[in-house]
Amino acid sequence: MKTSKTIYLFFLPGLILYSIFFLYPTASALFYSFTDWDGFSEAFQFVGFHNFERALTGDSIFWKTVGNNLKFMLVVVILQTIVALAFAMIVLKNTKTTVFLRALYFFPTILSSVSVAFIWSFIYDPSLGILNQLLELAGLDFLAQNWLGNANIAIYSLAITQIWFHAGQMLIVFVAGLQAIPQEMYEVAKIEGASKWQTFRSVTWPLLAPSATIVVAYTTIQSFKAFDLVFAMTGGGPNNSTEIIATYIYEVAFRSYQFGYASSISVIFMIIIAFITFLQFKALRSDRVSY
Amino acid sequence: MLFKRFSLFVYALLILVPLIIVLLTSVKTLQETFANPLGFPEGGIKFDNYVAIFQEQTMAGYFMNSTVVTLFSVSFTLLFAAMIAFGITRLSNWLGNILFALFTLGMMVPAQVIMVPLYSLVLNIGLTNSLVGLILVNISSTLPIAVFILTGFMKTLPKELFEASTIDGAGNWKMFTKVAIPLSLPSLSATAIFLFVMHWNDLLYPLLFITDNAYKTLPLALLEFRGQYATNYPMLFTGVVIASAPMVVAYVFLQRYFVAGMTAGAVKG
Repeated sequence: MKTSKTIYLFFLPGLILYSIFFLYPTASALFYSFTDWDGFSEAFQFVGFHNFERALTGDSIFWKTVGNNLKFMLVVVILQTIVALAFAMIVLKNTKTTVFLRALYFFPTILSSVSVAFIWSFIYDPSLGILNQLLELAGLDFLAQNWLGNANIAIYSLAITQIWFHAGQMLIVFVAGLQAIPQEMYEVAKIEGASKWQTFRSVTWPLLAPSATIVVAYTTIQSFKAFDLVFAMTGGGPNNSTEIIATYIYEVAFRSYQFGYASSISVIFMIIIAFITFLQFKALRSDRVSY
Repeated sequence: MLFKRFSLFVYALLILVPLIIVLLTSVKTLQETFANPLGFPEGGIKFDNYVAIFQEQTMAGYFMNSTVVTLFSVSFTLLFAAMIAFGITRLSNWLGNILFALFTLGMMVPAQVIMVPLYSLVLNIGLTNSLVGLILVNISSTLPIAVFILTGFMKTLPKELFEASTIDGAGNWKMFTKVAIPLSLPSLSATAIFLFVMHWNDLLYPLLFITDNAYKTLPLALLEFRGQYATNYPMLFTGVVIASAPMVVAYVFLQRYFVAGMTAGAVKG
Protein backbone atom coordinates (compact mmCIF):
# COMPACT_ATOMS: atom_id res chain seq x y z
CA MET A 1 0.00 0.00 0.00
CA LYS A 2 1.48 3.31 -1.06
CA THR A 3 1.42 6.12 1.47
CA SER A 4 0.90 9.63 0.17
CA LYS A 5 3.81 12.07 0.52
CA THR A 6 1.74 14.25 2.87
CA ILE A 7 2.76 11.80 5.61
CA TYR A 8 6.02 13.72 6.03
CA LEU A 9 4.04 16.76 7.18
CA PHE A 10 3.05 14.77 10.26
CA PHE A 11 6.61 14.93 11.52
CA LEU A 12 7.06 18.65 10.94
CA PRO A 13 5.80 20.39 14.11
CA GLY A 14 7.40 17.88 16.45
CA LEU A 15 10.65 17.75 14.50
CA ILE A 16 11.04 21.54 14.46
CA LEU A 17 10.61 21.88 18.24
CA TYR A 18 12.71 18.81 18.92
CA SER A 19 15.55 20.09 16.74
CA ILE A 20 15.56 23.55 18.32
CA PHE A 21 15.11 22.59 21.96
CA PHE A 22 16.75 19.18 22.11
CA LEU A 23 19.06 18.30 19.23
CA TYR A 24 20.68 21.73 19.00
CA PRO A 25 21.36 22.11 22.77
CA THR A 26 22.70 18.57 22.93
CA ALA A 27 25.12 19.31 20.12
CA SER A 28 26.13 22.60 21.70
CA ALA A 29 26.76 20.92 25.07
CA LEU A 30 29.41 18.92 23.23
CA PHE A 31 30.75 22.06 21.57
CA TYR A 32 30.94 24.18 24.74
CA SER A 33 32.56 21.38 26.69
CA PHE A 34 35.76 22.18 24.78
CA THR A 35 35.62 25.91 25.62
CA ASP A 36 36.08 28.18 28.61
CA TRP A 37 32.81 30.06 27.97
CA ASP A 38 31.34 31.87 30.98
CA GLY A 39 27.83 31.86 29.53
CA PHE A 40 27.55 35.57 28.88
CA SER A 41 30.56 37.07 27.10
CA GLU A 42 30.84 37.11 23.35
CA ALA A 43 34.34 35.76 23.43
CA PHE A 44 35.54 32.37 24.54
CA GLN A 45 38.51 30.17 23.81
CA PHE A 46 38.91 26.58 22.84
CA VAL A 47 40.70 24.73 25.57
CA GLY A 48 40.78 21.24 24.11
CA PHE A 49 40.31 18.51 26.69
CA HIS A 50 41.29 20.79 29.54
CA ASN A 51 37.80 20.78 31.13
CA PHE A 52 37.61 17.02 31.06
CA GLU A 53 41.06 16.74 32.54
CA ARG A 54 40.10 19.17 35.26
CA ALA A 55 36.95 17.24 36.14
CA LEU A 56 38.57 13.84 36.12
CA THR A 57 41.89 14.67 37.75
CA GLY A 58 41.76 18.06 39.42
CA ASP A 59 38.29 18.54 40.86
CA SER A 60 37.78 16.79 44.18
CA ILE A 61 34.19 18.06 44.43
CA PHE A 62 33.34 16.41 41.12
CA TRP A 63 34.52 13.04 42.43
CA LYS A 64 32.64 13.66 45.65
CA THR A 65 29.42 14.19 43.66
CA VAL A 66 30.04 10.97 41.73
CA GLY A 67 30.54 9.18 45.04
CA ASN A 68 27.37 10.73 46.50
CA ASN A 69 25.47 9.70 43.40
CA LEU A 70 26.68 6.13 43.80
CA LYS A 71 25.79 5.99 47.51
CA PHE A 72 22.35 7.41 46.80
CA MET A 73 21.87 5.03 43.90
CA LEU A 74 22.95 1.90 45.76
CA VAL A 75 20.69 2.55 48.75
CA VAL A 76 17.71 3.49 46.60
CA VAL A 77 18.11 0.65 44.09
CA ILE A 78 18.60 -2.06 46.69
CA LEU A 79 16.10 -0.95 49.34
CA GLN A 80 13.42 0.27 46.96
CA THR A 81 13.52 -2.91 44.87
CA ILE A 82 13.27 -5.12 47.96
CA VAL A 83 10.43 -3.07 49.46
CA ALA A 84 8.54 -2.91 46.16
CA LEU A 85 8.89 -6.63 45.46
CA ALA A 86 8.11 -7.78 49.00
CA PHE A 87 4.96 -5.68 49.19
CA ALA A 88 3.94 -6.49 45.61
CA MET A 89 3.84 -10.15 46.60
CA ILE A 90 1.55 -9.41 49.52
CA VAL A 91 -0.93 -7.22 47.63
CA LEU A 92 -0.89 -9.39 44.52
CA LYS A 93 -4.46 -10.71 44.54
CA ASN A 94 -7.18 -8.27 43.54
CA THR A 95 -9.38 -7.68 46.55
CA LYS A 96 -10.94 -4.45 47.78
CA THR A 97 -8.26 -4.04 50.44
CA THR A 98 -5.28 -4.70 48.17
CA VAL A 99 -6.59 -2.40 45.44
CA PHE A 100 -6.98 0.33 48.04
CA LEU A 101 -3.54 -0.31 49.53
CA ARG A 102 -1.87 -0.29 46.12
CA ALA A 103 -3.49 3.06 45.39
CA LEU A 104 -2.32 4.38 48.76
CA TYR A 105 1.26 3.17 48.34
CA PHE A 106 1.32 4.69 44.87
CA PHE A 107 0.05 8.06 46.09
CA PRO A 108 3.37 9.89 46.74
CA THR A 109 4.31 9.44 43.06
CA ILE A 110 1.80 12.11 42.03
CA LEU A 111 3.25 14.76 44.34
CA SER A 112 5.86 17.26 43.22
CA SER A 113 9.45 16.86 44.39
CA VAL A 114 9.24 20.24 46.12
CA SER A 115 6.23 19.11 48.17
CA VAL A 116 7.96 15.86 49.11
CA ALA A 117 11.08 17.83 50.02
CA PHE A 118 9.10 20.07 52.41
CA ILE A 119 7.26 17.13 53.97
CA TRP A 120 10.48 15.28 54.68
CA SER A 121 12.36 18.35 55.85
CA PHE A 122 9.70 18.58 58.53
CA ILE A 123 9.94 14.88 59.39
CA TYR A 124 13.72 15.20 59.68
CA ASP A 125 13.61 18.54 61.54
CA PRO A 126 15.91 18.12 64.58
CA SER A 127 13.53 19.76 67.06
CA LEU A 128 10.03 19.63 65.52
CA GLY A 129 10.37 16.48 63.48
CA ILE A 130 8.41 13.30 64.07
CA LEU A 131 11.44 11.09 63.54
CA ASN A 132 13.45 12.37 66.50
CA GLN A 133 10.30 12.52 68.63
CA LEU A 134 9.51 8.88 67.88
CA LEU A 135 13.06 7.88 68.74
CA GLU A 136 12.76 9.74 72.02
CA LEU A 137 9.44 8.02 72.79
CA ALA A 138 11.06 4.68 72.12
CA GLY A 139 13.89 5.59 74.49
CA LEU A 140 16.37 5.72 71.65
CA ASP A 141 17.37 9.35 72.15
CA PHE A 142 20.95 8.60 71.30
CA LEU A 143 19.89 7.84 67.73
CA ALA A 144 18.26 11.25 67.33
CA GLN A 145 20.03 13.20 64.63
CA ASN A 146 20.14 16.32 62.60
CA TRP A 147 19.19 14.11 59.67
CA LEU A 148 19.82 16.62 56.92
CA GLY A 149 22.44 18.70 58.71
CA ASN A 150 24.89 15.91 59.44
CA ALA A 151 27.22 15.61 56.47
CA ASN A 152 27.81 11.92 57.15
CA ILE A 153 24.22 10.82 56.83
CA ALA A 154 22.37 13.51 54.86
CA ILE A 155 22.70 11.63 51.56
CA TYR A 156 21.10 8.53 53.12
CA SER A 157 18.27 10.62 54.56
CA LEU A 158 17.63 11.83 51.02
CA ALA A 159 17.73 8.26 49.72
CA ILE A 160 15.02 7.23 52.21
CA THR A 161 12.87 10.14 51.03
CA GLN A 162 13.34 9.05 47.42
CA ILE A 163 12.20 5.52 48.35
CA TRP A 164 9.09 6.86 50.10
CA PHE A 165 8.44 8.90 46.96
CA HIS A 166 8.79 6.17 44.33
CA ALA A 167 8.58 2.66 45.85
CA GLY A 168 4.81 2.55 45.22
CA GLN A 169 5.31 3.09 41.51
CA MET A 170 7.79 0.21 41.30
CA LEU A 171 5.48 -1.93 43.40
CA ILE A 172 2.84 -1.57 40.68
CA VAL A 173 5.33 -2.64 38.00
CA PHE A 174 6.07 -5.77 40.05
CA VAL A 175 2.37 -6.48 40.59
CA ALA A 176 1.86 -6.36 36.81
CA GLY A 177 4.84 -8.67 36.30
CA LEU A 178 3.69 -11.12 38.98
CA GLN A 179 0.12 -11.22 37.73
CA ALA A 180 1.41 -12.19 34.28
CA ILE A 181 2.88 -15.43 35.65
CA PRO A 182 0.48 -18.25 34.78
CA GLN A 183 -1.22 -19.82 37.83
CA GLU A 184 -0.55 -23.33 36.49
CA MET A 185 3.15 -22.86 37.22
CA TYR A 186 2.35 -22.49 40.90
CA GLU A 187 -0.01 -25.44 40.85
CA VAL A 188 2.70 -27.63 39.37
CA ALA A 189 5.15 -26.46 42.01
CA LYS A 190 2.61 -27.24 44.72
CA ILE A 191 1.91 -30.72 43.37
CA GLU A 192 5.64 -31.40 43.27
CA GLY A 193 5.82 -30.42 46.91
CA ALA A 194 8.06 -27.35 46.50
CA SER A 195 8.56 -25.19 49.58
CA LYS A 196 7.66 -21.51 49.51
CA TRP A 197 11.26 -20.50 49.05
CA GLN A 198 11.83 -23.12 46.31
CA THR A 199 8.74 -21.87 44.50
CA PHE A 200 10.03 -18.32 44.68
CA ARG A 201 13.52 -19.35 43.54
CA SER A 202 12.51 -21.51 40.60
CA VAL A 203 9.15 -20.14 39.46
CA THR A 204 8.59 -16.55 40.55
CA TRP A 205 12.08 -15.14 40.29
CA PRO A 206 13.03 -16.36 36.78
CA LEU A 207 9.68 -15.34 35.37
CA LEU A 208 9.83 -12.01 37.13
CA ALA A 209 13.26 -11.17 35.71
CA PRO A 210 11.95 -8.82 32.98
CA SER A 211 10.02 -6.69 35.50
CA ALA A 212 12.95 -6.77 37.90
CA THR A 213 15.29 -5.55 35.17
CA ILE A 214 12.92 -2.74 34.33
CA VAL A 215 12.62 -1.71 37.96
CA VAL A 216 16.35 -1.80 38.62
CA ALA A 217 17.23 0.06 35.43
CA TYR A 218 14.54 2.70 35.94
CA THR A 219 15.46 3.21 39.58
CA THR A 220 19.13 3.54 38.69
CA ILE A 221 18.49 6.21 36.06
CA GLN A 222 16.02 7.97 38.33
CA SER A 223 18.52 8.17 41.15
CA PHE A 224 20.94 9.94 38.84
CA LYS A 225 18.23 12.39 37.84
CA ALA A 226 17.02 13.21 41.37
CA PHE A 227 17.83 16.88 40.81
CA ASP A 228 14.52 18.35 41.98
CA LEU A 229 14.43 16.50 45.27
CA VAL A 230 18.05 17.20 46.23
CA PHE A 231 17.88 20.80 45.08
CA ALA A 232 14.71 21.48 47.08
CA MET A 233 15.74 19.57 50.17
CA THR A 234 19.39 20.35 50.85
CA GLY A 235 20.61 22.27 47.81
CA GLY A 236 23.63 19.94 47.84
CA GLY A 237 24.74 20.84 51.36
CA PRO A 238 25.97 20.59 54.01
CA ASN A 239 29.48 20.93 52.68
CA ASN A 240 28.67 19.29 49.29
CA SER A 241 27.74 16.09 51.10
CA THR A 242 24.49 15.70 49.16
CA GLU A 243 25.67 17.24 45.91
CA ILE A 244 24.89 14.85 43.04
CA ILE A 245 26.17 15.26 39.48
CA ALA A 246 22.99 17.01 38.29
CA THR A 247 22.95 19.60 41.09
CA TYR A 248 26.69 20.14 40.68
CA ILE A 249 26.19 21.00 37.00
CA TYR A 250 23.64 23.62 38.06
CA GLU A 251 26.02 24.92 40.71
CA VAL A 252 28.98 25.25 38.35
CA ALA A 253 26.93 26.82 35.57
CA PHE A 254 24.58 29.17 37.39
CA ARG A 255 26.42 30.00 40.61
CA SER A 256 30.01 30.22 39.40
CA TYR A 257 29.30 30.93 35.72
CA GLN A 258 31.60 28.33 34.22
CA PHE A 259 29.38 27.23 31.35
CA GLY A 260 32.21 25.53 29.49
CA TYR A 261 33.23 23.48 32.48
CA ALA A 262 29.59 22.69 33.36
CA SER A 263 29.10 21.47 29.78
CA SER A 264 31.96 19.01 30.05
CA ILE A 265 30.56 17.62 33.30
CA SER A 266 27.25 17.30 31.42
CA VAL A 267 28.99 15.33 28.68
CA ILE A 268 30.53 12.98 31.26
CA PHE A 269 27.08 12.63 32.84
CA MET A 270 25.61 11.85 29.42
CA ILE A 271 28.19 9.11 28.88
CA ILE A 272 27.39 7.54 32.28
CA ILE A 273 23.65 7.57 31.53
CA ALA A 274 24.18 6.22 28.00
CA PHE A 275 26.28 3.39 29.43
CA ILE A 276 23.58 2.45 31.95
CA THR A 277 20.89 2.66 29.29
CA PHE A 278 22.95 0.42 27.05
CA LEU A 279 23.30 -2.16 29.83
CA GLN A 280 19.55 -1.89 30.42
CA PHE A 281 18.73 -2.67 26.80
CA LYS A 282 21.20 -5.55 26.74
CA ALA A 283 19.80 -7.02 29.92
CA LEU A 284 16.24 -6.64 28.67
CA ARG A 285 17.04 -8.46 25.44
CA SER A 286 18.77 -11.40 27.10
CA ASP A 287 16.34 -11.74 29.98
CA ARG A 288 13.29 -12.50 27.94
CA VAL A 289 11.80 -15.63 29.39
CA SER A 290 9.19 -17.49 27.43
CA TYR A 291 6.53 -19.62 28.96
CA MET B 1 -0.28 -14.00 57.97
CA LEU B 2 -0.23 -11.72 60.98
CA PHE B 3 3.21 -10.48 60.04
CA LYS B 4 2.06 -9.71 56.51
CA ARG B 5 -0.92 -7.74 57.75
CA PHE B 6 1.25 -5.88 60.20
CA SER B 7 3.72 -4.92 57.45
CA LEU B 8 0.91 -3.71 55.20
CA PHE B 9 -0.40 -1.63 58.07
CA VAL B 10 3.01 -0.13 58.86
CA TYR B 11 3.65 0.79 55.22
CA ALA B 12 0.19 2.36 55.02
CA LEU B 13 0.99 4.41 58.12
CA LEU B 14 4.31 5.50 56.65
CA ILE B 15 2.43 6.98 53.70
CA LEU B 16 -0.56 8.33 55.62
CA VAL B 17 1.04 9.91 58.69
CA PRO B 18 3.19 12.43 56.78
CA LEU B 19 0.18 13.39 54.65
CA ILE B 20 -2.01 13.87 57.73
CA ILE B 21 0.73 15.96 59.35
CA VAL B 22 0.76 18.20 56.27
CA LEU B 23 -3.00 18.73 56.43
CA LEU B 24 -3.02 19.30 60.20
CA THR B 25 -0.08 21.69 60.15
CA SER B 26 -1.70 23.76 57.42
CA VAL B 27 -4.64 24.51 59.74
CA LYS B 28 -2.46 25.39 62.73
CA THR B 29 -0.73 28.59 63.75
CA LEU B 30 3.03 28.79 63.94
CA GLN B 31 2.88 28.95 67.75
CA GLU B 32 0.73 25.82 67.90
CA THR B 33 3.19 24.05 65.62
CA PHE B 34 6.15 24.92 67.80
CA ALA B 35 4.30 23.99 70.99
CA ASN B 36 2.92 20.74 69.64
CA PRO B 37 4.29 19.93 66.18
CA LEU B 38 2.39 16.68 65.65
CA GLY B 39 -0.90 17.00 67.52
CA PHE B 40 -4.24 18.55 66.72
CA PRO B 41 -4.42 22.35 66.73
CA GLU B 42 -5.32 23.42 70.28
CA GLY B 43 -7.29 26.47 69.22
CA GLY B 44 -9.31 24.45 66.72
CA ILE B 45 -9.00 24.20 62.97
CA LYS B 46 -8.36 27.56 61.31
CA PHE B 47 -8.05 28.36 57.64
CA ASP B 48 -6.13 31.57 58.33
CA ASN B 49 -3.01 30.27 56.55
CA TYR B 50 -5.00 29.66 53.39
CA VAL B 51 -6.36 33.21 53.51
CA ALA B 52 -2.92 34.61 54.34
CA ILE B 53 -1.10 32.79 51.57
CA PHE B 54 -3.50 34.15 48.98
CA GLN B 55 -3.06 37.66 50.42
CA GLU B 56 0.72 37.58 50.80
CA GLN B 57 1.49 35.74 47.58
CA THR B 58 0.16 35.96 44.06
CA MET B 59 -1.08 32.41 44.60
CA ALA B 60 -3.92 32.70 42.09
CA GLY B 61 -1.39 33.82 39.50
CA TYR B 62 0.96 30.89 40.15
CA PHE B 63 -1.98 28.54 39.99
CA MET B 64 -3.09 30.06 36.70
CA ASN B 65 0.44 29.83 35.25
CA SER B 66 0.76 26.17 36.22
CA THR B 67 -2.65 25.45 34.71
CA VAL B 68 -1.89 27.21 31.43
CA VAL B 69 1.58 25.69 31.08
CA THR B 70 0.36 22.19 31.92
CA LEU B 71 -2.71 22.26 29.67
CA PHE B 72 -0.84 23.57 26.64
CA SER B 73 2.22 21.38 27.18
CA VAL B 74 0.14 18.21 27.56
CA SER B 75 -2.17 18.94 24.62
CA PHE B 76 0.57 19.81 22.16
CA THR B 77 2.93 17.04 23.25
CA LEU B 78 0.09 14.56 22.76
CA LEU B 79 -0.94 15.96 19.38
CA PHE B 80 2.58 16.18 17.95
CA ALA B 81 3.62 12.81 19.38
CA ALA B 82 0.48 11.13 18.03
CA MET B 83 1.16 12.61 14.59
CA ILE B 84 4.75 11.35 14.68
CA ALA B 85 3.69 7.91 15.94
CA PHE B 86 1.12 7.72 13.15
CA GLY B 87 3.72 8.82 10.60
CA ILE B 88 6.16 6.17 11.79
CA THR B 89 3.58 3.39 11.49
CA ARG B 90 2.63 4.55 7.99
CA LEU B 91 6.18 4.81 6.66
CA SER B 92 8.32 2.05 5.26
CA ASN B 93 10.20 0.08 7.87
CA TRP B 94 13.69 1.49 7.60
CA LEU B 95 12.71 5.15 7.45
CA GLY B 96 10.18 4.67 10.21
CA ASN B 97 12.81 2.99 12.35
CA ILE B 98 15.33 5.78 11.81
CA LEU B 99 12.79 8.44 12.76
CA PHE B 100 11.71 6.39 15.76
CA ALA B 101 15.33 6.12 16.90
CA LEU B 102 15.88 9.85 16.36
CA PHE B 103 12.90 10.84 18.48
CA THR B 104 13.48 8.33 21.25
CA LEU B 105 17.13 9.37 21.55
CA GLY B 106 15.80 12.14 23.77
CA MET B 107 14.74 9.60 26.38
CA MET B 108 18.37 8.75 27.03
CA VAL B 109 19.56 12.29 27.58
CA PRO B 110 18.26 13.63 30.92
CA ALA B 111 17.06 17.23 30.96
CA GLN B 112 19.84 18.15 33.40
CA VAL B 113 22.47 17.26 30.81
CA ILE B 114 21.39 19.96 28.39
CA MET B 115 20.29 22.59 30.90
CA VAL B 116 23.32 24.81 30.32
CA PRO B 117 23.08 25.22 26.52
CA LEU B 118 19.27 25.16 26.70
CA TYR B 119 19.37 28.09 29.08
CA SER B 120 21.60 30.17 26.78
CA LEU B 121 19.43 29.28 23.79
CA VAL B 122 16.21 30.31 25.51
CA LEU B 123 17.90 33.48 26.75
CA ASN B 124 19.16 34.35 23.27
CA ILE B 125 15.81 33.97 21.55
CA GLY B 126 14.19 36.08 24.25
CA LEU B 127 11.95 33.39 25.73
CA THR B 128 13.00 33.63 29.37
CA ASN B 129 10.21 34.86 31.63
CA SER B 130 7.64 33.66 29.15
CA LEU B 131 5.01 30.96 29.48
CA VAL B 132 5.31 30.31 25.74
CA GLY B 133 9.00 29.56 26.15
CA LEU B 134 8.26 27.19 28.99
CA ILE B 135 5.58 25.40 26.98
CA LEU B 136 7.82 24.99 23.91
CA VAL B 137 10.65 23.49 25.98
CA ASN B 138 8.18 21.26 27.83
CA ILE B 139 6.77 19.90 24.58
CA SER B 140 10.16 19.00 23.18
CA SER B 141 11.30 17.45 26.46
CA THR B 142 8.40 15.01 26.80
CA LEU B 143 7.94 14.37 23.08
CA PRO B 144 10.38 11.37 23.07
CA ILE B 145 8.62 9.37 25.79
CA ALA B 146 5.20 10.15 24.29
CA VAL B 147 6.37 9.08 20.81
CA PHE B 148 7.77 5.90 22.33
CA ILE B 149 4.56 4.92 24.12
CA LEU B 150 2.20 5.90 21.30
CA THR B 151 4.23 4.28 18.52
CA GLY B 152 4.32 1.06 20.50
CA PHE B 153 0.55 1.16 20.73
CA MET B 154 -0.24 2.22 17.16
CA LYS B 155 1.96 -0.55 15.77
CA THR B 156 -0.39 -3.07 17.36
CA LEU B 157 -3.41 -1.68 15.50
CA PRO B 158 -4.48 -3.88 12.57
CA LYS B 159 -3.07 -2.50 9.32
CA GLU B 160 -6.24 -3.50 7.45
CA LEU B 161 -8.14 -0.74 9.18
CA PHE B 162 -5.87 1.90 7.67
CA GLU B 163 -5.86 0.22 4.30
CA ALA B 164 -9.63 -0.01 4.20
CA SER B 165 -9.86 3.71 4.78
CA THR B 166 -7.35 4.44 1.97
CA ILE B 167 -9.58 2.52 -0.40
CA ASP B 168 -12.45 4.70 0.73
CA GLY B 169 -10.33 7.62 -0.44
CA ALA B 170 -9.36 8.97 2.97
CA GLY B 171 -6.25 11.14 2.98
CA ASN B 172 -3.59 10.84 5.67
CA TRP B 173 -5.11 13.52 7.89
CA LYS B 174 -8.53 11.94 7.74
CA MET B 175 -7.05 8.53 8.46
CA PHE B 176 -5.25 10.05 11.44
CA THR B 177 -8.28 11.79 12.94
CA LYS B 178 -10.95 9.23 12.02
CA VAL B 179 -9.08 5.95 12.51
CA ALA B 180 -5.79 6.29 14.40
CA ILE B 181 -6.90 8.72 17.13
CA PRO B 182 -10.16 7.01 18.11
CA LEU B 183 -8.49 3.60 18.22
CA SER B 184 -5.57 4.90 20.28
CA LEU B 185 -7.68 6.52 23.00
CA PRO B 186 -6.61 4.10 25.78
CA SER B 187 -2.94 4.74 25.08
CA LEU B 188 -3.52 8.48 24.59
CA SER B 189 -5.30 8.83 27.92
CA ALA B 190 -2.58 6.92 29.80
CA THR B 191 0.09 9.09 28.17
CA ALA B 192 -1.91 12.23 28.93
CA ILE B 193 -2.00 11.44 32.64
CA PHE B 194 1.70 10.72 32.72
CA LEU B 195 2.36 14.06 31.01
CA PHE B 196 0.00 15.91 33.35
CA VAL B 197 1.90 14.72 36.40
CA MET B 198 5.28 15.49 34.80
CA HIS B 199 4.43 19.01 33.67
CA TRP B 200 2.41 20.03 36.71
CA ASN B 201 5.22 19.03 39.06
CA ASP B 202 8.22 20.10 36.99
CA LEU B 203 10.72 22.32 38.76
CA LEU B 204 13.81 22.39 36.53
CA TYR B 205 12.58 24.41 33.55
CA PRO B 206 10.76 27.12 35.55
CA LEU B 207 13.85 27.32 37.76
CA LEU B 208 16.03 27.90 34.71
CA PHE B 209 13.87 30.26 32.71
CA ILE B 210 11.61 32.19 35.09
CA THR B 211 12.68 34.90 37.49
CA ASP B 212 9.67 37.21 37.25
CA ASN B 213 6.88 36.46 39.77
CA ALA B 214 4.28 37.03 37.07
CA TYR B 215 5.33 33.86 35.25
CA LYS B 216 6.23 31.49 38.07
CA THR B 217 4.57 28.11 38.31
CA LEU B 218 3.56 26.48 41.60
CA PRO B 219 6.61 24.25 42.22
CA LEU B 220 9.00 27.18 41.69
CA ALA B 221 6.89 29.54 43.79
CA LEU B 222 6.71 26.91 46.51
CA LEU B 223 10.48 26.49 46.49
CA GLU B 224 10.90 30.23 46.96
CA PHE B 225 8.43 30.35 49.85
CA ARG B 226 11.10 28.56 51.79
CA GLY B 227 13.41 31.56 51.41
CA GLN B 228 10.62 33.73 52.73
CA TYR B 229 8.94 31.59 55.38
CA ALA B 230 12.05 29.59 56.36
CA THR B 231 10.76 27.08 58.92
CA ASN B 232 7.22 28.45 59.00
CA TYR B 233 5.88 25.00 58.18
CA PRO B 234 2.19 25.96 58.49
CA MET B 235 2.61 28.35 55.56
CA LEU B 236 4.84 25.97 53.58
CA PHE B 237 2.36 23.12 54.00
CA THR B 238 -0.54 25.35 53.05
CA GLY B 239 1.37 25.91 49.82
CA VAL B 240 1.94 22.17 49.46
CA VAL B 241 -1.77 21.44 49.88
CA ILE B 242 -2.78 24.05 47.31
CA ALA B 243 -0.14 22.96 44.80
CA SER B 244 -1.04 19.28 45.14
CA ALA B 245 -4.83 19.67 45.27
CA PRO B 246 -5.59 19.34 41.54
CA MET B 247 -3.46 16.19 41.17
CA VAL B 248 -4.92 14.66 44.33
CA VAL B 249 -8.51 15.32 43.25
CA ALA B 250 -7.79 13.91 39.81
CA TYR B 251 -6.09 10.88 41.38
CA VAL B 252 -9.08 10.10 43.57
CA PHE B 253 -11.40 10.02 40.58
CA LEU B 254 -9.12 8.62 37.89
CA GLN B 255 -6.97 6.38 40.05
CA ARG B 256 -6.89 3.41 37.69
CA TYR B 257 -5.80 5.57 34.76
CA PHE B 258 -3.14 7.24 36.88
CA VAL B 259 -1.64 3.93 37.85
CA ALA B 260 -1.73 2.71 34.24
CA GLY B 261 -0.30 5.95 32.86
CA MET B 262 2.45 6.44 35.40
CA THR B 263 3.52 2.82 35.11
CA ALA B 264 3.63 3.00 31.31
CA GLY B 265 5.83 6.06 31.70
CA ALA B 266 8.10 4.27 34.12
CA VAL B 267 8.39 1.03 32.22
CA LYS B 268 9.01 2.75 28.95
CA GLY B 269 10.92 5.72 30.27
